[in-house]
Amino acid sequence: MDPVSQLISSFKIPIGRWGKTFFDFLTTNFEWFFDSIADGLTVVLDGLVDLLLLVPPVLLVAAIAGLAWYLQKSWKLALAVALGLLFIVNQDLWQETVETLVLVVAAAAASMAIGVPIGIWAAHNERGYRYLQPILDLMQTMPTFVYLIPVLILFGLGIAPGLIVTVIFAAPAPIRLTHLGITSVPKPMIEAGEAFGATKRQLLWKVELPAALPTIMAGLTQCIMLCLSMVVIAALIGANGLGKPVVRALNSVNIPLGLEAGLAIVVLAIILDRISRIGTGAAK
Amino acid sequence: MSAAVDFKNVDIIFGAARKEALALVDSGATRQEILEKTGAVLGCAGANLTVNEGEISVLMGLSGSGKSTLLRAVNLLNVPARGNVMVKDGDRMVDVAACDAATLRNIRQTRVAMVFQQFGLLPWRTVAENVGFGLELSGVPDAERKARVERQLKLVGLDQWASKYAHELSGGMQQRVGLARAFATEAPILLMDEPFSALDPLIRTKLQDELLQLQAELKKTIIFVSHDLEEALKIGSHITIMEGGRIVQTGAPEDIVLRPANDYVRDFIANVNPLSVLTAWNVMRDRRDLEHGEDGWVWLDRRKTTRFKIDEHGLVAAAERDGKPAFWVSCADVEAQPEETAQVFWANPGTSLKTVMLAMHRSQTAPVALFDDQSRFVGAIGIRDVLSAVLRR
Repeated sequence: MDPVSQLISSFKIPIGRWGKTFFDFLTTNFEWFFDSIADGLTVVLDGLVDLLLLVPPVLLVAAIAGLAWYLQKSWKLALAVALGLLFIVNQDLWQETVETLVLVVAAAAASMAIGVPIGIWAAHNERGYRYLQPILDLMQTMPTFVYLIPVLILFGLGIAPGLIVTVIFAAPAPIRLTHLGITSVPKPMIEAGEAFGATKRQLLWKVELPAALPTIMAGLTQCIMLCLSMVVIAALIGANGLGKPVVRALNSVNIPLGLEAGLAIVVLAIILDRISRIGTGAAK
Repeated sequence: MSAAVDFKNVDIIFGAARKEALALVDSGATRQEILEKTGAVLGCAGANLTVNEGEISVLMGLSGSGKSTLLRAVNLLNVPARGNVMVKDGDRMVDVAACDAATLRNIRQTRVAMVFQQFGLLPWRTVAENVGFGLELSGVPDAERKARVERQLKLVGLDQWASKYAHELSGGMQQRVGLARAFATEAPILLMDEPFSALDPLIRTKLQDELLQLQAELKKTIIFVSHDLEEALKIGSHITIMEGGRIVQTGAPEDIVLRPANDYVRDFIANVNPLSVLTAWNVMRDRRDLEHGEDGWVWLDRRKTTRFKIDEHGLVAAAERDGKPAFWVSCADVEAQPEETAQVFWANPGTSLKTVMLAMHRSQTAPVALFDDQSRFVGAIGIRDVLSAVLRR
């Protein structure tokens, strides 16, 4: 090694060690806090899975197909949804699919619940958004496996850490799209609201949010897809679902199992994507 | 007549360096100089204008002259850097630039309504919901809101379209929705920011006529921004011409046309047909300026072809044309009169110059007399008066 490089690397900034100290501090002092979050989430999500598994699969399939028809008013889509789900039942992956569905829907709902208010705040606070942006970049580009480790340490194994890493990965999408939607509301509309004496709150509810709704809904669709893409990774830290058979197939080089589980994920992805395109008219 | 809106020394600056820009404004710098030295854009400077209740006051100018900027200060969409914008709120005048948020909101909800150039409608709402928008914001109860919305939709002729969405309507209809939305709040002051410029000429003319009709009934105070002088002359009872953020002339339409204050205004009116603004009153010679003969005879024209004998009440007792007795007829029905040399036409002060010219044409260039509404003789128009008015000499 040349002397300059040697000089530079002679003192390594102990980022790794600092991080470990920080997480050690969190685990020793706030273990009760993280444990109670993990326990609470596990109880709720597992309970939901158990509840849905009590319903006969065919009934649940019919219910989801009905939901598809209700949201998109398309018989073709409802039929395709039913056929896709029946294929999954046929492949004997129903329980895993329900587990994944619960995880994805819960994670997407949590991401929206966090992301939309933050996006609204950021849209009215450009300075705040400038500071927020690098954090969002970090959340989306940091390899998932890296924050898998601390999440694992703080929350243990299971569905709860699966949900949390999924939310970390998926929440930037609704934040960015809500911000985009609200900042791109045409100025004349805002001025019309102001000119007729709207308060800040009325302006938000009666002008900005309705105008931004298509963009926010695009954020929801994106968010659901991002959540689904985390299924396999969540399986690595013990979340049940369609990721489990994929990981098992990988470890045992089991081509048939991998193919079946993989196809089930694809079917689920297509179904969720089409159903969740609310108000954009893309599914019609 | 009392003021509904009163601008007092209003300066509006866009950009950060307000203090420096205001100092430059005081030293009389132009907009370009202010922009170069401070980076701030001068919106308008030293604007003084009183808009009386019930009149249509038109702000005119090329784009960038500050007319919209000044208009938008009335409901504080633009915040003045200095000066007062007094708006009538019930019995008192409120300075919107200095009042608190609740007062401002009340003024915006109940005193000042606005119509936008690009309509500013909300596309996810139906026509009826758009019209009721202002009422919804001020918390008018549902039943009353529905009734008021329905009334406004009838007024602008859109009651058949109430449940359509705004984007399903043509431009002219969309602006009618904008008008109905503004009328629905029953605000006495109406701000119209180039409301008809985005429409094609035929629809524009139609909406102008409709606005004038509605105005005759509703008697609002309207501040109207336009870059089209024909439009301004047609609807304005007062016209204010702006250039580079400053007011250059303000007055009645015929004042602007007959006595332009500077070259900018002269350029503006260069293409205006004077026949569309001028009335008999604007071109006549007063009876005191006419040449008087003995026995109460007055010569109507310089060439002494026609004369009237005026009695002590100011009424015409006898007329003579080319030395022969003549009779006098109103030029209101000039088309119906036979062409005869023994008649003299008379007009009212409000008769358009065009009608007067037609009367002259029919009577072989005889002068036209002017009577007031009690038929008293007030003046006369000779051919030279008409020519000099049309040629602006």
